[in-house]
Parts: sequence; structure tokens; C-alpha cells
Amino acid sequence: MTEPLWPALLGRFGWQDLPFVRAWADPSLSEIIGAGAGALVVVGGLAVVVLITWLGRWGYLWREWFTSLDHKRIGILYVVIAFTMLSRALVEAVLMRMQQAAAINAPGFIAPDHFAQLFTTHGSIMIFFMAMPFLTGAINYVMPLQIGARDVAFPLLNAVSLWLTAGAAGLMMVSLVIGRFSTGGWTGYPPYTELAFSPDVGPDYWIWAVTLGSIGTTLSGLNFAVTIYKLRCPGMTLMRMPMFVWTSLCTSILMIFAMPPLTVATALLALDRYLGFHFFTNDLGGNMMNYANLIWLFGHPEVYILILPAFGVYSEVIATFSSKELYGYTSLVIATMAIAVLSFTVWVHHFFTMGQSANINAVFGIATMTIGLPTGVKIYDWIWTMFRGRVRFSVSMLYSLAFMMTFVLGGLTGIILAFPPLDYLVHNTLFLVAHFHNMLIPGLLYGMLAGYHYWFPKAFGFRLDEKWGRISFGCWVVGFYLAFMPLYVLGAGGMTRRSQAVFEPAFRPWLYVAGVGALVLLSALASLFVQLWVSIRNREANRVPVGDPWNAGGLEWSIAAPPPEYNFAVIPTVNDRDPFHGDKADGDPYAPPKRYEAIAMPANSMTGPALGVLGAVTAFGLVWHMWWLAGFGLAAGIATIVARSFVRDLHRTIPAAEVARIDRHWRRDIRKAKPVGRAVEGTPANRGLAEVEA
Amino acid sequence: MSATEGAHPGLNIAHPHAQAQEETETALFGFWVFLMSDAVIFALLFATYGVMLPATVGGPTPATVYEIGPAFLETLILLTSSFTFGLASIAMKHDAPCRRILGWMGATLVLGLAFLALEVRDFITMFAQGATPMRSGYLSSFFALVPLHGLHVAAGCLWLVVMMAQVVVFGLDGRVRINTLRLGLFWHFLDIIWIALFSVVYLQGLIR
Repeated sequence: MTEPLWPALLGRFGWQDLPFVRAWADPSLSEIIGAGAGALVVVGGLAVVVLITWLGRWGYLWREWFTSLDHKRIGILYVVIAFTMLSRALVEAVLMRMQQAAAINAPGFIAPDHFAQLFTTHGSIMIFFMAMPFLTGAINYVMPLQIGARDVAFPLLNAVSLWLTAGAAGLMMVSLVIGRFSTGGWTGYPPYTELAFSPDVGPDYWIWAVTLGSIGTTLSGLNFAVTIYKLRCPGMTLMRMPMFVWTSLCTSILMIFAMPPLTVATALLALDRYLGFHFFTNDLGGNMMNYANLIWLFGHPEVYILILPAFGVYSEVIATFSSKELYGYTSLVIATMAIAVLSFTVWVHHFFTMGQSANINAVFGIATMTIGLPTGVKIYDWIWTMFRGRVRFSVSMLYSLAFMMTFVLGGLTGIILAFPPLDYLVHNTLFLVAHFHNMLIPGLLYGMLAGYHYWFPKAFGFRLDEKWGRISFGCWVVGFYLAFMPLYVLGAGGMTRRSQAVFEPAFRPWLYVAGVGALVLLSALASLFVQLWVSIRNREANRVPVGDPWNAGGLEWSIAAPPPEYNFAVIPTVNDRDPFHGDKADGDPYAPPKRYEAIAMPANSMTGPALGVLGAVTAFGLVWHMWWLAGFGLAAGIATIVARSFVRDLHRTIPAAEVARIDRHWRRDIRKAKPVGRAVEGTPANRGLAEVEA
Repeated sequence: MSATEGAHPGLNIAHPHAQAQEETETALFGFWVFLMSDAVIFALLFATYGVMLPATVGGPTPATVYEIGPAFLETLILLTSSFTFGLASIAMKHDAPCRRILGWMGATLVLGLAFLALEVRDFITMFAQGATPMRSGYLSSFFALVPLHGLHVAAGCLWLVVMMAQVVVFGLDGRVRINTLRLGLFWHFLDIIWIALFSVVYLQGLIR
């Protein structure tokens, strides 16, 4: 602990809380890396500000993006957050792999405390600020288009969710520059994270960042579920919804019911730390097992919150790129729902070793293995979808194939872990780390990347570069196997997870291979950014303005790319499962509407950004015990909500003439475009008008 | 969906066209979902309370610190406030003059504040007896559960003030109606939670 500088104003902040000061006082490599990361945040932040100012784009960003309530804009901003945070957390992963490879009977270059911060931020970011924003962004962008809606049910709430998530992610970044982060792992188990063992600001950063993010996620889940229940276009019955909408619905339901346990867990931990309660302390009746139950009551459904949307993406991608209807739609729906329900019945398998009876472990072990059944159904459905289809190996499809192989492998090690006696052997080892990366990298990251390649042309009007997409894909897959297969061996050999140093020379070759794998994964991310750069540079050649580059069947492909703000000039009516395929088969997919009507869209609002900033300010005040700041943030937040409730001018009407103008412009593009066959869909000939195959 | 299909009994919004009706239904359904999520929070705190009940570690026990009299009085007050809010909703449904709606809302507000005052008095009494959340795990769980309900009631009171101001400023426009219906759901929800608190926390605590 350092000497507080000015407690009344700055709370418990002291000069030693700046990584630059720490690195000056103790210029070890570990501290210099910490200071470098802090400097990167400061310089990077400044560079972005300067760049935007230099380009004179503040007004544009504020009007068109930050205050926009358009679900498409909000979705894209979520994905921007996801990529930013992915970059940081992946670099942290590489640092950890390098440290373990260097620290075999040696101190390595990262101090134990710093290493603990690295695995805590890596896990917290990957779950809460990479995976969650990515899938929330994907659902936000795609789901309303797929159900023929003009926006989500509560557009303002959607912006509030986004900005709470952004505020929480900002808090994670600030923790690099001011103070330090928790060393308690991404689950923040007490009693270690209690004041008695972690009196510093670290766990408080974790508590408030996670709490802000989880409130945003709860509200997103609510918003999506209501949207799907209430805003489907005429004719879209539940059993006609695209698979991605089904998985979004299940994920939303899980968010509504599984995020509250996390909020309760972090709030009770905060009560312990701030007000001297005794929920999870060692003394005076604290019960830390209650925390384990609460966090995993959230944590296990969370796994399916992460994985189900990816299952939805794969269902779309595999059907489209096999030129076939999705096989076993009904069974996929039932399997998805079954997974969602079962996900609430297995949480104890995260702590088989923590003392409950063998019978309880057996029940939860069997429940866990049961989840393998609906998942198996899905895998077979996807395989049957490809069977005798004309499979095109596009980048999205490659991710889907890699997913199926890799995910089944991870599922098998999951069955091993679900068996309590075996779990005792590998609990808390790298075997577990290998297992959940083996589930989440194919089951979330590949899925989101497949979706990114699949829907990017819809969102921005041009396709992503194929060559760099394939390079990046290759690196993600090879990197994954190199980085994580050795961890199975190491874990089975007894190497515990989260070790800063290693004392078994026999582990060396495996750690080296894993280290190389981490570097390959880093180049995968770099290739992804190169791909984005190249694609933007060559965008004119790869434009698909008509909007159907892959000859797909969902409603989202029946409109322009990028879609107009109001999505559909006229709300469509559907009468089968792949409505756009139906229209194309009927020969008139782009029938112009009889007449255009004015459309009311939600007007911009600064409530979202205001609440996000105030939420982050409150959290920052709480972390540093700057009570005046926390009080101000809270009061201003409440005032903002009350003030917003007095606003009556909620809509902006787009006149019928404007709708007609935009629609006719798009129809000119359709007339100009030449229909292309699937063989050339990856070439500039593809303008987004699909040749209808007999 | 036709206008009649989307209509709830008791919440005809006096907007004849179907779109407003649908908007109202979506808005209220969303609020129901929010309440269900909130109910999960209470359920977990009830469970936590049940788990930590034995953890009195030599300090005050439920039987020594709970008082049935004030708790019963609080119950009566809160139930009455739900009744007065119901009357406000009916007045709004029948397009009664704003004065009457404001009157019932005001009565609800007074009852809500009275409930809060009594509850705070309870807590002060408990603190005076050394029953603070810092004393034991059991008291920690009590002071997470019961005051969270109180905090909800306080938020409801603030919301009531805002709604009364909006009735004055805007009259009964669509937004005021929707938000009053939402507040009604919220207020009755807190009633249900309190019934659970009264029976699980206070009554059971005094039986022991």
C-alpha cells in the first residue's frame, strides 16, 4: 500500500499507484512491461483523440454513432469494443505463455504479482469484454434484420446497454494506468479477494467493471427476448424463425436469468469489502461456498450464453455455403432449448473437489454428460446439412468446419472432466485450461469470426479479402492446436494452472510448443487487422450493393448492403422458413412496393453515452474511495434517467419521398448488376445479385 | 395481431388504434421480464439468508431482534399502498380528472414513505441492540435482503414523484400511461416480495 496523496479529494490514490512511478523506482522488466502497457493506453487513447480531431470527425461520430439508437450502429460498436479488448487480452496471453516458457527453474521476466494480474485480466476481458460484446453485437446487428423488424423493442435501452459495457471496458483499460488489477482470477473467489488478503484496489476494479458489464448484459437479454417475442414480421411464426434467432432467444433468456447471480455475487463481495459485512469472510460466520455457488450459477449458463449464438451462426453459414436447407431444423430448435434448460442444472461440476458428497457430485456429473446429447444432435444436423450439398469453402465455412472437428475434441475432454473421480485428478491443472479453451475458441471465437466474415458485406457493403481471411483462419487453427494441445499433456502431467514459475524440466518442450502456438495466434489477430485494412483499401472492387452475396435465404439478404436506417421500406410478410429463397424461386425477389409510407425511427439520444460515462465515473470513485465522485456519478445518473423520462420528442420521421428515393437508388443497383453463380462469388464479379439455380 | 388480441384486461390505454396498443403491450411485457430478472436477485438473497441463518456466531438471533408489531404495521401499510395505487390505475383507466389520479398517487407516496420511516426505525432499534451487519454472517444476510426491498420502495417513491410531476406537466399522454402501468407492476411486485419477507424472515424468525 502506498501513502494516500490527498485523501479527501483523491481517496486512496498515491504516486506509487502509477506504473510509471513504480517502473522508475524499480526498473525490472516486469515493471517496465507494466509501465509500457499503461503508456500504450495513454498514447493510444491520445492518438485516437488527435486523429479524430485532425480528421474533424467528432461531430460525425457523435451524431451518427455515439448517440445513434440504430441497432445496426450499436451492433457494430459492440464488435469494435470486442476487437479492441481481444487485442489486449491476446497480448496478455502471449506474455503469460512466454513467461512460463522462460520460467523453468528460473524467475522468468514477470513478477508473480504481475503474472496474477495478467491471468485475471486475460480471463475477465475474454469473457466479459471480448466474448460478450462480440455476440451481443452480432445479435444486435443481425437478429432484427432476420425477423423483419426495424429496430429492437427498446432502442434507448439498447444504447444504455452498449454504453454501460463500454464504460466497464474503459474501467478495465484505466486499471492499466492507475493502480493495479485484481490477482484473484476471473471468478474472484473469496476469501482471497476479501480485504484481509487483498486490501488494494485490484478486486474493486474487478467488482465494478464486472458489475457494470453484467447490468448492461441483463438489459440486452431483456431487450432481445422482447424483440423476438413481439416484433417478428407478419407470418414469421416461432418455427419459421432462422436458427440464429432461436439461439439468440435462448441466449437472451439465459442472460435474463443467469446474470442476476453474478450481480448478487459481486454485490455481496462489495458489501464485505466496503461495509464490513461477513458473507464470504473467514471469520464471523462467512460462507465462501455460497460465493462458489452464486458465481457458477451464473458461470455455467454463461458458457451457453457464449456458445449458443455461435451455434446459430454455424447453422446459417453451413446451410448457405452448402446450398441446402438446414437439416433437422426442429431437432436443432429442441436441442438448443434443451441445452438452455440443462445449463442451469450443472453448475456444481465447477467445484467437484470442494467437499459436497459423492452422490451430489454423481448427480451433477450425469447432468453434465447429458448436455453432450443435444450438442451431438446439432453436430449431426450440420453434417447432414452438408451431405450431398454443394459445399463452398469460403472463410466462414472453413471456420465452421474447424469448429466441428475441434469442438468435438473439446467435448470429449469435457466428458472426462464431468466424471468426478477423474476430475479430482486434473482439477486446477492445465488440463482444465486446455479443455475450456478447446470449447470457447471454436465454440465462440470461430463462430463470431465466421459470422464476421458472413455478415460483414451486409453491414458495410463490401466483402472481406479472401486471401487474408484464409491466412488468418489458418493461423487461428494451427495456433490453437499448438497452444492448447500441449496443455492437455502438461495438465495430465500435473502442472497446475496459473503458475508463474515451473519446476519440472520435463515440461519444457511442451511449454515451448505452447509458446509458439501463442505467437501464431497473435499473428492470426494481426492478419485479421491486415485483412480489414486490405479490404477497406480494395472496397470498390468488392462492393455488393444489391445485398445478397452468398445466395442465402434469410430476410436480411433481401435488402441493400449496407441496409438503410429503417431496414425494410415495407415490412415483409413471410410464409416459409427461408423466405428469400422462396421469393427467388418464385422469380420475383425484388418486387417494388406498391407505395411508400413515411417511417418513424427512434430519434438520437445522448442518454446512453451519459449513463455509460457516469456509470464508469461512479465505479472509478468507488474503486478509489473518492466518495464525492461516486456520489456525484450516482446522483447525476439518476438525474439523467429522470430528465430523459420528460422527453417527449422520441421519433424522427423519414418522409415517404425519402424512403422512395433510397429504395429506387437501390433498385437501380439491382438493374445494373449481373447475377453471378456460386463459382465466382469470391471475385469482384459478385455485386450481391445471386444467380438463381434451378 | 389485431387490436383486441393485443389488449390486456384493465389496461385499455384509450388510444383507439392498434399500434399504440401493441406498443403498450411490448412495453409492459418488457417490464414484466425485468421484474422476473429482479425476482431472481431476491430469490438468491432469500437463499443466501436461509444458508446463513445459523451463522449467528454468538451474536443476536432472529428471535431476539425482530419485533412483530412494527413488521405487521409495515405489512398493513404496504398492502394499503398497493390498494391506493390500484385506485390510481382505475382512475387513469376511466379517464378521471388528473386531480383524482394525483390524489391516489399522493396517498400511495405517503404510505410508501411511512413504510420506509418505520423500516428505518426498525433498523435503528436493531443497531442499538448491537445487531449490525458487521456482527455476523446471519445479520449480513438480513441486511442485504430486507434493506434491498426498502431501497426498491425508495426508488418507487422517487418514481411516484416523477410520475406525479408528469401527470401535472403532460396530463395523461401515452407515455405517462405506459409508465404509470409499469410503476403499478413495480409497486405490486414489491408488495409480493414483502409478503415473502414478512413470512420467511419475520414470522419464521419469531417462531424459532
